Formats: sequence, structure tokens, C-alpha cells
Amino acid sequence: MEEILQLLNEDARLSAKQIAERLGRPEAEIREAVARLEKDRVIRRYRTVIDWEKAGVEHVFGFIEVRCSPQRGVGFDAVAERIMEFSEVHSLYLMSGAYDFLVVVQGKTMRDIAYFVAEKLAPLDHVVSTATHFVLRRYKVDGDVMVDRTEAKRLPVTP
Amino acid sequence: MAQTRSRVAQRVNNLPQSGIRRFFELVEKMPDAISLGIGEPDFITPWRVREAGIYSLERGHTHYTPNRGTRPLLEEIARYLERRLGVSYDPETEILVTVGGSEAIDIALRAVLEPGDGVLIPQPCFVSYLPCAVLAGGKAIAVPTSVEHDFQVQVSDLERAWEEGTRVLVLSYPSNPTGAIMPRAGMDALMRFAADRDLLVISDEVYAELTYGGEHASAAAAPGARERTILVGGFSKAWAMTGWRLGFAAGPADILAAMLKVHSYAVMCSPTTAQEAAVEALRGCDDEVAQMRREYNQRRRVIVNRLNDMGLDCFQPGGAFYAFPSIARTGLSSEEFAQRLLEEEQVAVIPGTAFGACGEGFVRCSYATAMSLIEEAMARTASFVKRVAG
Repeated sequence: MEEILQLLNEDARLSAKQIAERLGRPEAEIREAVARLEKDRVIRRYRTVIDWEKAGVEHVFGFIEVRCSPQRGVGFDAVAERIMEFSEVHSLYLMSGAYDFLVVVQGKTMRDIAYFVAEKLAPLDHVVSTATHFVLRRYKVDGDVMVDRTEAKRLPVTP
Repeated sequence: MAQTRSRVAQRVNNLPQSGIRRFFELVEKMPDAISLGIGEPDFITPWRVREAGIYSLERGHTHYTPNRGTRPLLEEIARYLERRLGVSYDPETEILVTVGGSEAIDIALRAVLEPGDGVLIPQPCFVSYLPCAVLAGGKAIAVPTSVEHDFQVQVSDLERAWEEGTRVLVLSYPSNPTGAIMPRAGMDALMRFAADRDLLVISDEVYAELTYGGEHASAAAAPGARERTILVGGFSKAWAMTGWRLGFAAGPADILAAMLKVHSYAVMCSPTTAQEAAVEALRGCDDEVAQMRREYNQRRRVIVNRLNDMGLDCFQPGGAFYAFPSIARTGLSSEEFAQRLLEEEQVAVIPGTAFGACGEGFVRCSYATAMSLIEEAMARTASFVKRVAG
């Protein structure tokens, strides 16, 4: 099962037939396994890795450190739920260390993000402070290197 | 007028031109061809290994190392051989770091052969064994193997080829070019034969890490075999380090001492940067190696499937990164097949005859190439086969 997930993680467009061939297993078995993984929400959805910059679509990312006071009974979860509902929030992590949440915010401009932090995030109940960092360049995202590099050449025929 | 002798030594003149060389020149003129003719990984060396090499240079480690190799690397190789192949060697006297597995083979032959000593070389095999045996003054005895036994040499094959004065047997499993492996029982039988005939065995196990399904059976791990075996390994294949030129030999101290002598006069020592990087390869790269192995295994299943589907019968290769299908169905010779496939479909494979006469009727397809290219190459090959064989 892990091998199926690894393959789909690399290339979500692989067909059951292709996966079956690569893993040396019957196609029906793969089809069934994938259906079960989808049903159990292990596979949550299939998406595409896009270099938006190359596509000419501007995206700005801000990494915002949020410190907040946990609430009795629910800890950080209640605040997390309020934060993650905003469509601007790309990712949200509870962290160990100097702050509590790392909020990754996506916007069209820096001003969008600054506005979001000032108007939506900072004023939330229990949020004590925020610190905003803007992304200047994305080199590697979720395991994908986002800068074009020349491929190393091999001799066309070797023993 | 005095007859002028050739400026080139007769024994070199007499060596045949490598069948691969000729093909290289053809493929070189076709930059858009998909090449399944490459005998090295498409992966680049894992970053942590490259990084260790860079760090070594940064610290200015640019001098010779001891002839035998650096102490840390020798110790890592000893640990590795114990851990992975189940054979133990003393890093001080029984291991030698060489310039690729190729150098180890060359100096092993030079260290043990007297003029005219016979060297049994099962074929199809890597292109260097035969010339190295001849250059070392030996008499190369080709031992044909057949697809009937999945290109695993049989004791009966060796018995047939053996002649008085035979001193060395060269084994190479997993095999380049066939992808054949030798299971434990078969290996033990071969090593019993070697003991019966009192042969030294040079076992090229450079693809030991690349087996699919079964653990690699080292020649040196066969009962009683250690004292007559020169085990050759290297970093090129499993660690994707071909360009670093680093390998090793392990064996009984007397032979290793002789090899060390040849090595020290021929090359002094192996490259320092590569040796320091290789320590990292052995210490910290099991996951990277496993990942590459998984990927090769997937490609292997795809290429073998597709070849069989198009009617080019291909036995299940259990190791390395080669498939060795029969092209009998096309009625073409290996050379014709490879040449026409290249010209008509821009796909390069190597004629089986480049690896010995018994490779006739087969071609070597390397799957050390991206899956998408393998799939495209197989589609083109299928249409070629259909056109030729109907």
C-alpha cells in the first residue's frame, strides 16, 4: 500500500494499469486498493504541482508566526479552527518553540497579506502577537525543486 | 632495408575493437535517439555523498592517500562486506581500494597469472574481462552460457570448457549484460567446482546491491570459498558514483598484497576526494540506495513486460539494470537489429554479440533511464518489431 501511495505521490495521473505493471501486481487489486484509500480519505485528492511564477500568475506567500494563549479545555484547537477557515490561509501548523502557530498565507500582493494579518489574524481572541515574514523566492516546495537546472549529460552508449 | 616492427605491441593490436565502441559512434550522431545502451545509473550521486566530496576539497584534502586506501574507508568497506554479504575481511591486509571495480579486475589478473594460464570467462559478460586476461598474459577461455538456464553458468558448462593449465575463474553476478543472478545453491556448486579444480575465483559483484526479490549470494560466502576468492565491488552502480572511479577488492592477504604492489606502481592510490565521499556513501546512504533500487525494480517490471508483450522473449532478470531479450522472432542478427532499430526508430540498444559470441540473437536494454523514456522506447521498439516480424 505504501508503494502505491508513493507512486501516486510522485505522479497522480498514473493509471491502475501502470501502477500494477510497476509493482508486479494484478490491476484489479490496485484498483480496489486505490478505491479503498480514497474512501478512507487517506488519498484526499489529486492535484497538480504548478510553477505559478512561470505561468505569469503572481502569488505572494507570507509565513506568519502567531503566539496565542491556549484556552481551558480545548487548548489551541479552537483558535486553529478559526484561523484555518480563512481562504487566505494556505497551511497552518502548531509549532513547538518560540511561537505557537505557523500560518502560511497566500495573497496576490504583500498588501493583501499585510491587510489580512492586521484585520483578521491579529485581532482574533487569544492571539497575543504576530510576526510576518514574506517569501522572496521559492527554491523547493513539498519536495519539488522549483528552479530549472541543466541535466547532467551521460555518454550515449557505455559498457 | 630493415623491416620496421609495429609501434604498437602485437598483443594489443590483436585485441578486437570493442563492439560497443562502434555503436557509440553511430549513436553519437543521433542526439535525439533514446538510448537504452547506457551502462551507468541515470541518477546522480546522492547529495550527501557529493557534499562530503566538496567538504573534503574545502579542507584541502588534495594529497595522496596510503596505497591501500584511507583507513576510515577500508574500515567502512570491511563493515559493509560483513553486514551485507556476510564475509569478514581484515581492513589492514585483506582489502584494497581501487580505481573502480575495473582496476580491481585488471590488477587481480595481473597479480595471479603466469604466462599462458587459463582464465575461464562465462559469457555474455562485461567487455573488460577477456582483454584484461589477455593483457595479463593469460589465455582467455570463453564459456558460453544460454538462456535455457537464464544465463546462469552451469558447472557442466565449466567442465566442458576447462582445460589443463586453467588457473582462474571469473564470475559476475548479478550480470552485466544479462541481468542474471546466481542463487545461493548455484553459487555454492560453482565454488565447489573451483575447489575441485583448484581455481582462483575473481568474483565481480559490483551489482550486488541491485537484486530484486532475492538477497545477493556472494561467491566469497560459499562454504570454504573465502581463501580462493577475490571479491570485487564498487560504488559506481548502487551509489550512482560512476564518474568518481572508485571500487575495491577483498580477498586473502597474500593475493591482496600482490595486488597492492601492482596498484601502487600503476596508480599510487585511488582518488582522495572519492575515497572521502565514499565513506559517507557507506555510512549514511542506505535509504537513498533502497529508493534507487525500488525505482529500478519498477522499471524492470515495465521493460520486461513490454518486451515479452511485443514477442521479444525475455527471462526475468533478477539483478543489475539490464534486460536481455531474445530477438529471434525478428529473424535479424543482433547487429542488424540494433542498427536498424537505431536508424528506423531512434532507439539504441546494444547487440548481445558485444558481450561474447553467445550473445548472438539477443540485445542488451538498460533500464537505467527515466520511466517515461523507457515507455516511449518500448512503444517504438514494438512498432519496429511488428514491421519486421509481422
